[in-house]
Parts: sequence; structure tokens; C-alpha cells
Amino acid sequence: MKVALEIIEFKKVYGTYPAVNGVSFSVEEGELFGLIGPDGAGKTTLIRALCTLLKPTSGSLIVSGMDSNTDILAIRNILGYMPQRFSLYQDLSVEQNLQFFADLFKVPAIHRTERLNRLYQFSRLESFKKRLAGELSGGMKQKLALSCALIHTPAILILDEPTYGVDPLSRQEFWEILKSIQQEGATILVSTAYMEEAELCDRVALMYNGKIIEINPPEKIKAEYPYPLYRCEGRDMQKLRNFFKNLEGIRQTQLFGNALHVSFSEKPSPGDWQKWQKQSGGDLKNWIDHEPSMEDVFLYLINQEIKDE
Amino acid sequence: MGKEKPIVISIAIKEVLHILKDPRSLVILFLMPILQLVMFGYALKMEIQEVRIGVIDYSHSPLSRELVDSFRGSEFFRLFFFEGEERDINDLFRKRKAHAVMIIPGNFAKDLTRESLVDIQFIIDAADPNAATMIRNYVNQVIMNFNENRNDMIPIPFEIRGTLLYNPDRKSTYFFVPGIVALLLVMISALLTSITITREKETGTMEQILVSPVRPHEIIIGKVLPYILLAFLIGIIILLIGIFLFQVPFEGSVMLLLFLSTLYIITALSLGLMISTIAPTQQVAMMLALIVTLLPTFLLSGFIFPISSMPKLLQYLTYLIPAKYYLFIIRGIILKGSTFMQLFLPTLYLSIMSTVLLVISIRKFSINLER
Repeated sequence: MKVALEIIEFKKVYGTYPAVNGVSFSVEEGELFGLIGPDGAGKTTLIRALCTLLKPTSGSLIVSGMDSNTDILAIRNILGYMPQRFSLYQDLSVEQNLQFFADLFKVPAIHRTERLNRLYQFSRLESFKKRLAGELSGGMKQKLALSCALIHTPAILILDEPTYGVDPLSRQEFWEILKSIQQEGATILVSTAYMEEAELCDRVALMYNGKIIEINPPEKIKAEYPYPLYRCEGRDMQKLRNFFKNLEGIRQTQLFGNALHVSFSEKPSPGDWQKWQKQSGGDLKNWIDHEPSMEDVFLYLINQEIKDE
Repeated sequence: MGKEKPIVISIAIKEVLHILKDPRSLVILFLMPILQLVMFGYALKMEIQEVRIGVIDYSHSPLSRELVDSFRGSEFFRLFFFEGEERDINDLFRKRKAHAVMIIPGNFAKDLTRESLVDIQFIIDAADPNAATMIRNYVNQVIMNFNENRNDMIPIPFEIRGTLLYNPDRKSTYFFVPGIVALLLVMISALLTSITITREKETGTMEQILVSPVRPHEIIIGKVLPYILLAFLIGIIILLIGIFLFQVPFEGSVMLLLFLSTLYIITALSLGLMISTIAPTQQVAMMLALIVTLLPTFLLSGFIFPISSMPKLLQYLTYLIPAKYYLFIIRGIILKGSTFMQLFLPTLYLSIMSTVLLVISIRKFSINLER
């Protein structure tokens, strides 16, 4: 496999604050690579640097064999980029936006109609092509932004939290589109704050505090979770969480909507659970063995990281 | 590869779409200068009207009344008899009751008929020196006419008669309308382009177009093109109104004026672009554009104050004001009918200035998001 993106000891410092503090990894050609981490982890800085929009303070970024410091225009020719914020012209129509970016990337006239038709096909924006970009729904805006990023069929596609603030149905549709682009041979680097999206990637890098704390395929990352994990419910979740926190042998407690995830040093017996139910005043119910999700592992890894510091 | 349209053209077309999508701003863009021109045009007049002259007449003769009447013949003066003492004159001036005081001596009638040489005293309030000079000139003229009418048998050996060229009536509108045109053109043009790049930085669209292989000069030139046309149209309207509403005579070539006005507009647009490449936000950009165009054009271009009467240091500074050269051009063409060769130097200066500003803009334009 050839390497599409290579990040070597990349560091980016703003003033004295290191936004990204020494990161190395590579993304292979044709890979769908996920970058996950909380806000402020340094994902956007890393992505902008890969797109030649920021210069590394030290280290280097190699995009398809070219250095981001010197081959700026050549890199921009083969790269598709979708920024975190919607960055198209809101006062122009869908079609005008697409045509403008086709001009910017010098898409030849003979390929243009065919290219636009394909983009309309997957984005299903054709019936909206006269509508102003600013009047589209969140999901449609993202699809338009993706279409503009794909207008020159880039070999490498880089997306910064593309589904942020978009409804779940549109998110699902968006990821199906990403998968189909990958199948056509493109390399995709995508950052996201949604853990269930991370599970759709071939490999995932966990970023925290300007560093990468884990890189692996999602299944492998999930398998790393070392403790028995249970999911349980109750009426007063906060109280329930505090109850578990005060028990001995508890590794981690985490609230997920209307459920609580609890992990233990030793696997508890059914008798233990019945005892806890009584102690909690009968509030505890529906406890069950639970497969660790990306989020469980991610929180575990971050906690490990914090302890190490 | 088929023939593609240059990126410069696509960017220009995109700017035109932005302009057309915002008709309200477009209307304001056309109305604002028209309103300003009309307001300035009527407000900025230097002619003095209704000069109040207090008369102390010790002569009390038909001749002295004839003299006073000769002043009343002009719309320029308002005369009133002042019954007080000479030492109360100061009070007249302080209370702004009179701009000047004429004292006719007691022996006026007698001396004038006998010796035909007589002194009358004029005391003029010189708090405003320009006005004082003008009042003195007018007074002299009236007195001279009075003398000539009285005894035309006395031969006058010779007489200096100045002829005013280009503006024989000394109408300040002729002087100011070109100045206002120069001011409005530079202000509006600089404002137009000052926000074009900062706006894209603020809305984030710059981040998206930067990752394309577009080059700085393509963005800069593409952005300036449509505004040349827009500012040119505004310029024509201002010129038409200036010339027809204020009835400024037009001596020179219309084509030459339009051509050199375009050059001036390009200089101002480039100035706006340069501001746009360095200003962090739209608001800062607009403020900067106003600051560098409005006051310097008013004060340092020769619009109101003659450059030759400025301190040396400020005189050097005027070389940096585009309006200085344009005033030279527009006054020359409109009032004197100057030809291109006569205006070669200011044209050259403007060309150099716009080129330098454009080059700075392109150099300053950052192709990444680093500050």
C-alpha cells in the first residue's frame, strides 16, 4: 500500500501554546481515516496544516509525496477540503457555487456537465440547484460543500467535522456518500466528534491535548478495553452514578443518555447486583453485560492519559 | 483540454453576482454620492453675501448720500447709518452687527468738488482674512466706479484692469464641484473594495477558495474588475449632476476626462484592496478606508486650501494624495480645456500610484491562514 498522507513529528505552536504537540502517523491510499477527539484537541489545526493553510512550527507534512511547505499549489490541485464551518457563498445558488469552484479548479468544459451530473446524483441537489446556498437545510449545505470539495475529483479528501450539527438521518446519508467515494479510490481523512461515526472508519486516531494517544482500527481499539463493563438504568441517574462511584473496585462510571455505564476491576456476581439494588433503594434496574463502545474506550484512554501526567 | 475562461474572469463574475444579489446596497451606493454632491454643492460656497457696512457720515451732504447709494446699488452690501461714536466701532464688530465701517469726513463734499481728492476711511473686520480681502476689493471697485461717474473729465493716465480667465465670475461652485467629484470618487471606490477580501475572511469563504490552486493576483485583479465598472457608472452620474445641476462649464474633452477618471478610480480601488488585505475585519477596513480618503482629500489635495500655502512638510505629504492629481486633471479639463499632453505628469503619477498599490495588495495577500 502506498502512503497518501504522512505526518512526521508535526508541531504547531501559537505564541507559547502548543495546539499540536508532536504528532506522527500516516494514512494509506484508499483508506478512510478518522480523527477523533474533544474540542481543542488540535484536530482542526492538524487538518488545516495538511491542507497547506497553516505552516508547521516544526516537523513536516507529506501529501502524496509532496511537502506542504514547498509544493503548495501542487498539493492544492489534488486535495479536496471541506472546512468545519460552512464556507460557501450563501448569496449564490447551488449551481453558481458549483460552477465557481469548477472554474477555480479549472475543470475542463468537456468533463464539466458529466461531473456536475454525478455530483447532483449522489447529493440529490439537482432539484435545488437554483436555490441560494444560504437557504438550504443543514444536511443539504453539507452535501453541497462536499460536492464543491469533490468538483475536481481529488485523490485525497480532507473533511473537518463535516456532520457537525446535522440531523442523524442526514449524517447517515453523508457517511454512505463518503463510503462510496472511498470505493472509487479516494483517500479520506475525516475528523469527527461523533463516536458512532468513528466506528465506520478503517482506522481511527484518538487525539487529545495536541497529541495522538491511540491509532488502530475501531474493533481493535474497542478490544483494548480491559474491564468488565455493564449497562444499567434507574430513575435518578446522577444519584445512581454517585452510588457506584463510592463502591470499591469501580474503574469507571459514565452516563449515556438514559443509561449508566459502569466498569469493574472484577466481574461482579448476580448476587452483587441484587445487593446493590437494595442498597440503592430499589432504584437500580435492567443491568446487563455491555460491549464497550468507542466512547467508553475513548474516555478510558483519556483518563489513563490524565493519570499519567 | 478545451478553452477555459481565465480564473480572473470567474472571480469577477462571482463578484458581480454578489453585487446584484444585494440591490439595496446598490441603491445606497448610487444615492449616497448624489445626495452628498447636492448637499456639498449648495453648502460649500465661498462668495460673501450681505456684507453689512455701518456708515458714519460727518458730511451729511447730498454727495455723501450719493456715495452711500452707489453701495446700495450692489446686492453685495447692506448699509446702515451708525449714529454712535467712533470708539463704539469695536462693539459693532464684536456683536457682528457690521463687517466693515465707512467713515465719511465732514469736509467730504467740499473737498471733493474743489480738490477732487479726498480720504474716506474704511475699517474692515479681518477676523476672517479671506473675507476681509474680498470686501476690500469690492469696496475699491465701488469707489472707483463712483469716481469715474463723478468726474470723467479728469484723465486717468493708465489703468490696470485684471481679466479673470476660466472663472470670470469667481464662482466658487466651479472650484468646488470638481473637488467634490474627486472626494466622492475616491471615498466610494476605496469603500467598495475595502471590504471585499475581509468579508471573505470573516464569512470563512476565503478558507475554501484558498485550498484551490488560485493565485493571489488572480483573486485581486478578479475582485477589482467589476468595481471599476461600478465606480465608473457612479462617477459618470456624479459628473453629470455636478456639471448640469451646478452649471459648471465644460471646456475640454469628455473622452479624456472619462479616461483619466477611470485611472483615478482604479487608483482608489487599489487603495481599498490594499486596506482589505491588511484589515482583520470588515468594520476596521471600512473605517480605514474612510480615514485615508476623507480627511486627506479634504485638507491636503488642494480641494479647499491651496497646496502652495501649506507648511513645507505638509506640501510633501500631498504627493501621496491621489485626489491632488485628479483635481489637477478635472479642473484642467473642465475649466481650461487642457489636453492629454498638458496633463501627462499627473496621469503618470496616478498610474504609478495604482500600480504600486496593486502590487502591494498582491504581495500582502496571504495564501494561507497564518497571521
